[in-house]
Amino acid sequence: MKRKGFILCLLLALAMTVSMASTAAAQPEQKNIIMATTTSTQDSGLLDFLLPIFEKKTGYFVKTIAVGSGQAMAMGAKGEADVLLVHSPAAEKKFMADGNGVERRLVMHNDYIIVGPPNDPAKIKGMKKAAETFKNLAGTASLFVSRGDNSGTNAKEKEIWAAAGINPVGQKWYQETGLGMGQTLGVAAEKKTYTLADRGTYLALKKNLGLDILVEGDGILLNIYHVIEVNPKKWPKVNFAGAKAFGDFMISKDTQDIIKTFGVDKYGSPLFFPDAGKKEEDLTK
Amino acid sequence: MDIILDGIRQAFILLVTFDPEVLGITWFSLKVSGTATFISIFIGMSLGTVVALTQFPGRRFVVSLINTGMALPPVVVGLFVTIFLWRNGPLGFLEILYTPAAMILAQAIIATPIVMGISLASMQQLPKKLRLQILALGATRLQMVLILIREARLPLLAAVMAGFGGVISEVGASIMVGGNIKGYTRVLTTATVMETSRGNFDIAIALGIILFLFAYLINLVLTTVQQRERPR
Repeated sequence: MKRKGFILCLLLALAMTVSMASTAAAQPEQKNIIMATTTSTQDSGLLDFLLPIFEKKTGYFVKTIAVGSGQAMAMGAKGEADVLLVHSPAAEKKFMADGNGVERRLVMHNDYIIVGPPNDPAKIKGMKKAAETFKNLAGTASLFVSRGDNSGTNAKEKEIWAAAGINPVGQKWYQETGLGMGQTLGVAAEKKTYTLADRGTYLALKKNLGLDILVEGDGILLNIYHVIEVNPKKWPKVNFAGAKAFGDFMISKDTQDIIKTFGVDKYGSPLFFPDAGKKEEDLTK
Repeated sequence: MDIILDGIRQAFILLVTFDPEVLGITWFSLKVSGTATFISIFIGMSLGTVVALTQFPGRRFVVSLINTGMALPPVVVGLFVTIFLWRNGPLGFLEILYTPAAMILAQAIIATPIVMGISLASMQQLPKKLRLQILALGATRLQMVLILIREARLPLLAAVMAGFGGVISEVGASIMVGGNIKGYTRVLTTATVMETSRGNFDIAIALGIILFLFAYLINLVLTTVQQRERPR
């Protein structure tokens, strides 16, 4: 009998958790915004810092889905996200041209860097042009680790290979991880070899990597983030009001001021540079 | 090696200081996986028992399907649940994608075949004569099933543990249908993945240790129930 009582208690406890969970899920959720973004905005901690401010100010609840920029835009093109915060300009322009977005506004930038082992066997350190560097890497058949995941970083890498006039896919010295930036940097570190990274993720992981910045500062290496509201005319279920509020928030002066100083205390330099109101062409010059 | 020691220390600090975020994530993981396991016990055990105790054409095929279901990859479950729950998908009207409800649904789908398969095997291994004996003593069919369940409680509790272990430890489905949203759908496994990609290996290890600790505690309770001496 004693055992029966115990099992009964167990069942009761479980039943209670079930009912609790189901009531929590049954609440109406009109205030939700689904934001599809890239992993770098989440992994850098910027969104963890900004979103509570936005949510408190507006009463919206933001569901951040951190995936690669490619996947984020695919979600937007299907109407499965309300707003995008992405960094893959060429793909974004196509996204807008296809009528998937309402407005595409410049938010901020940082830059990409080419990192590699300190002994630098391919002798690329200090080169000025990213495309020249890639040519050099291909010429020396130095192992290059690619994201290979259609992320913004991956798109930029392909752009540089194209500028260098080289098709690396299928080459022995070219490996695609299919992983996020952090993990890909980890792979490059283990193999003591080269990769393209965004500066924010590199700075966040630097202490465990043993990889140095070898090439930086080329105009093509700019990493530009835009906010895009998904077109409600195409997808009526999209929460456009929420998306607009988020876009406005990202380019507001207060937010831009936060972006300007974010990361300074931890890394000694900001992770992103605010650009609201500027023109994309002015950045790349 | 240092990094593991750091992780253990970090786990200890997070636990003794009752870090609210970690506590929240832990409690939420238990809630989601516990609910999913409970649903899977309900469906899995009853259907497993029915299949174990009845004969019907095509039974062997059904059993092979259930056993294959025990190997359902969580990411594939996650992918299909996501596609079904999309706003513009067949179940989009439910509006539960990226909510705890979606995670419970996906985890229940993962755990149910596990519980069903083990229940089926454990009910079937009871001696056939036992059934006849019980019925001969004048028990109703329901009474017979209840007695059989009691006889098979050791492997049946193993089914519960396997189901729970399967879902508390999976990450693929949870991250896809839940989205790893801070303070809302973040569980121990998805938080571990995120902290790893952030390079916070010590926190990732700490979360892993906490996950293991809670899995151990729950299995300890279940094992105590399982291994208890039968009253005479």
